[in-house]
Amino acid sequence: MTNAVGVAVSIQQVEKRYGALQALAGVSLDIPEGEFFGLLGPNGAGKTTLISCLAGLARPDAGRLTVLGRDVVADYREARRLLGVVPQELVFDPFFTVRETLRIQSGYFGIRDNDAWIDEILANLDLADKADTNMRRLSGGMKRRVLVAQALVHKPPVIVLDEPTAGVDVELRQGLWQFVRRLNAEGHTIILTTHYLEEAEALCSRIAMLQHGRVVVLDSTANLLRDFSGHALSLRLADGAALPEALVPLSAGQVDGVWQLRLPDFSAVERVLAALREAGIAIEGMRLSPPDLEEAFVRVMQRGRS
Amino acid sequence: MVSFRTLLWKELLRFWKVSFQTVAAPVVTALLYLLIFSHVLDEQVQVYESVRYTAFLIPGLVMMSVLQNAFANSSSSLIQAKVTGSIVFVLLPPISYLEFFLAYVLAAATRGLVVGAGVLAVTVWFAPAGAFGTVTPLWILAFALLGGAIMGALGVVAGIWADKFDQLAAFQNFLIMPLTMLSGVFYSIHSLPGFWQRVSQFNPVFYMIDGFRYGFFGTSDVSPLVSLAVVTAAFVVVSAFSLALLRRGYKLRN
Repeated sequence: MTNAVGVAVSIQQVEKRYGALQALAGVSLDIPEGEFFGLLGPNGAGKTTLISCLAGLARPDAGRLTVLGRDVVADYREARRLLGVVPQELVFDPFFTVRETLRIQSGYFGIRDNDAWIDEILANLDLADKADTNMRRLSGGMKRRVLVAQALVHKPPVIVLDEPTAGVDVELRQGLWQFVRRLNAEGHTIILTTHYLEEAEALCSRIAMLQHGRVVVLDSTANLLRDFSGHALSLRLADGAALPEALVPLSAGQVDGVWQLRLPDFSAVERVLAALREAGIAIEGMRLSPPDLEEAFVRVMQRGRS
Repeated sequence: MVSFRTLLWKELLRFWKVSFQTVAAPVVTALLYLLIFSHVLDEQVQVYESVRYTAFLIPGLVMMSVLQNAFANSSSSLIQAKVTGSIVFVLLPPISYLEFFLAYVLAAATRGLVVGAGVLAVTVWFAPAGAFGTVTPLWILAFALLGGAIMGALGVVAGIWADKFDQLAAFQNFLIMPLTMLSGVFYSIHSLPGFWQRVSQFNPVFYMIDGFRYGFFGTSDVSPLVSLAVVTAAFVVVSAFSLALLRRGYKLRN
């Protein structure tokens, strides 16, 4: 089979049902090679089910998934070689040390004598001094990093990180992202699911948002921020004045006497100031905040519910 | 092939790292059985002509240990991996269902053989000199290997089916234990009433133990060829069922 040029992961009309629950209801998306892709959605949206179908942990009821052109069902061996998955659950095998765990995982992928790469991963994930420690003796954050290391032992071109920073402290989280960014810069495709939206905003060039097993938005991070968040302008008006009629369409409400306005772009600031000047309303306080993904996420989810 | 070898190695290492529990403990248990039963029954019971009860008991205990430990190995490994979630480590890599099956069954049979060898090593000294007649190691090995493999495959089925330790314990206590205890470990089925003799003939474990015992004494309740045929058939059936579950990904890939 030939791969459509540049497509790392192709998901076409994938459906999955668990009893009465439709976990995936016809999900389709393509992720180009080398992309840092975000998969967002509330709990139960279908993110982990989608990843499970991609990784062969669950079998889709309908549809097709490929990794670099390899069908995850028909050509599962090659597809799995091309994929590294960091599972969401903090799981480990209590019988082995960190190094044994990584050697065993290498062997599962058909790789022997992998110690040079294992040492490099351990160093990058700040685990070198824990190589001979039993998995049971590691802290939660360290176990999480071993999970990342296990996903990387076979140098997969496509890496899926399912909530990789849950329970990981700030310093380690930054170290992890530095390493993952480097892998991405070296050409690895990264697929990230996370509830830390600031991470997704900082790292992902494109984002899909899932809700009730469907892709409700799929766009570049910049477009999502522009279309669903915009700049937030907080205004405290003198004498508790009401907003002039012309600004009401921009209002997102009033909190503790401060008006919250959503602006599509910077030029709208000028229009706001002009409207206030014209209405003779003085400004006591003002703050302009840049767009953020959390706002965009909330708006997309609200739109999906309505 | 490297995937299969690694999974096999991991399974062997897993039980070897806790060998006190997985090897030494069942050896001591079998030794206690021998000491108690031989002390109480050696003078009272003679199963085969010119074979003392203690000598008769030893192969039965060895084979019972092989079977129970082979089952325990694959079933406990799988249920533990499922309950803790670490099963993903073997589901994510490119391991075929056949490699998966073979690795778990071979590791299970190996643990069974190691425990069986241990039981034999500590119990054989209690047999009177010359107690074992015509020893034929080929029969002994064939039945030990096949018996261990059957129980290993059954352990795979139980490990896949069970969602919690409680269900696995039920499988072990209400199926495996009666099948092994009521299979002629402690007696010859000729000493049973006719009805129970016929019931025993439907128990495949009886043929495993009877054939295994034939390797020690050159005599048995049924022909060793019949036993070998039944045991081979049982292996084929249990393996086919186990492979079918793995191929479907039953309770593993959903």
